[in-house]
Amino acid sequence: MSIGDSGKETSVRFRGGGFAPRPKRWASWLAFAVIISAWQIASMSGALPALFLPSPYEIALALQAIAADGTLARHLGASLGRIAWGWSLGTLAGLAVGISMGIWSLARSVGIPIVSALFPIPKIALLPLLILWFGIGEPSKVATILLGVFFPTVISAYSAVDNVPRNLIRMGQSFDMPYAQIVRKIVLPGAMPGILAGFRISSSIALILLVAAEMIGAEFGIGAFILSAGNLMQTDQLLAGVVLLSMLGLLISALLARLERRVLKWR
Amino acid sequence: MDLIVEGVSHRYGEVQALDDINLRVADGETLALIGPSGCGKSTLLSIMGGILAPSEGRVAAEGAAPDGCLNPFTYIFQDFALLPWRTVAGNVGLPLEHHRFDGDGRARRIAEALSLTGLGEFADAYPKQLSGGMRQRVGIARAIAVRPALLLLDEPLSALDAQTRELLMEDLIRIWARERTTSVYVTHNLNEAVRLADRVAVLSRRPGRIKEIVSVPVPLDERTERRHADLIETIREQLWRLIVDEAKDADRELESVA
Repeated sequence: MSIGDSGKETSVRFRGGGFAPRPKRWASWLAFAVIISAWQIASMSGALPALFLPSPYEIALALQAIAADGTLARHLGASLGRIAWGWSLGTLAGLAVGISMGIWSLARSVGIPIVSALFPIPKIALLPLLILWFGIGEPSKVATILLGVFFPTVISAYSAVDNVPRNLIRMGQSFDMPYAQIVRKIVLPGAMPGILAGFRISSSIALILLVAAEMIGAEFGIGAFILSAGNLMQTDQLLAGVVLLSMLGLLISALLARLERRVLKWR
Repeated sequence: MDLIVEGVSHRYGEVQALDDINLRVADGETLALIGPSGCGKSTLLSIMGGILAPSEGRVAAEGAAPDGCLNPFTYIFQDFALLPWRTVAGNVGLPLEHHRFDGDGRARRIAEALSLTGLGEFADAYPKQLSGGMRQRVGIARAIAVRPALLLLDEPLSALDAQTRELLMEDLIRIWARERTTSVYVTHNLNEAVRLADRVAVLSRRPGRIKEIVSVPVPLDERTERRHADLIETIREQLWRLIVDEAKDADRELESVA
């Protein structure tokens, strides 16, 4: 760095700063407001044909209408039931298998090749088979979601167990803690961050499979509602269903964020 | 309790880490293990406490463990090994939870260990809230709470800054004066060795052998007194001469690219 004349004092130029993005709340809301207003204005000016892309106001009206006549509750209720059952059962089974694979060599040796072979199958491809097994009713849809949730949960659970610092396990052993207590007090809490991160992935997979399964064969459910609205060219109702899915996804991620804050408050 | 190490050798695959180590640590004594990096001092410590099986030889204990001892061979770790999701009291209580106590025996032991290490007011804090020195005090409190017969310290102060290290050395001296626990202290820091140990075992490098055992004939609480300064410095010089050449070799060694 070149310094001016000897004896002359110059202040040091600041060169740090930047590269530390911080969320600005007002900017997020403003961006939403700008996009929705631009859309509304474009619709009202006739630039966007209402049949192909209804205005935000029309979508809101459609939402209000289906909420008022009970359609919303019927479809949403069916979807929530399926996703709750499918996700919970898939998560329970996935955690049991994944944690076993994290702890026992035998479970790992048996599990890894099987999981690797079955994980890449898009689970919706199995729906026809599941319908043959369980019939067209609820169990086949729940089973699709269950399978879709199971495999990523297995993988996140066993790699979370793998990532528990070995020095903590050695510490437990050095104090002669019984095996079961090391698992319960060191391995499981240590794996929680990884397991909860896995919940985010498995819940978004569950949402995708829910809609896909409902579009293939269901009378009620948000997926079925969107499909039938599309068949009838009711694009306002179709988009109302899409908005519902977005809100459902946001709700799930808010619940998970809350769970993380509670369980991982030590971080 | 005395600790006896008989003919211990250890190999990691092709590498001979320890070769025929014979040692006796007397009851109430503090033995420091020093040596250049890669001399197997941490390996020896793991073997002494039974968390690593030696390739050859054996480790034995002689004499009774103290009253109420729950875990005769107890480690204090360089990286503290605290559970981040447990409070200070929860971490100190962890090794007590699989033992039965009468009444509030467990809570009393935790409180006692915390007050001995000056952690009383931090009982409900989480490790991430504490400074490095305080974290290691939790590690020390956890070790004291089980009333060990032998304390195995694996470079306990290496992760701390120099000032904190001084403070913790004083804490350790105070605790040893009270508990009289037999201790083995692994370090690469000669100042810690001449300050804390009754005897210093110098290990050579690869294979680790005992090169010399040096006594420090000054009581622990007088080590910082001016009248002993020359003697302490002479011993420190002697230890440095014993390891300097091998420390140079260790410094210049390339890792094999396997």
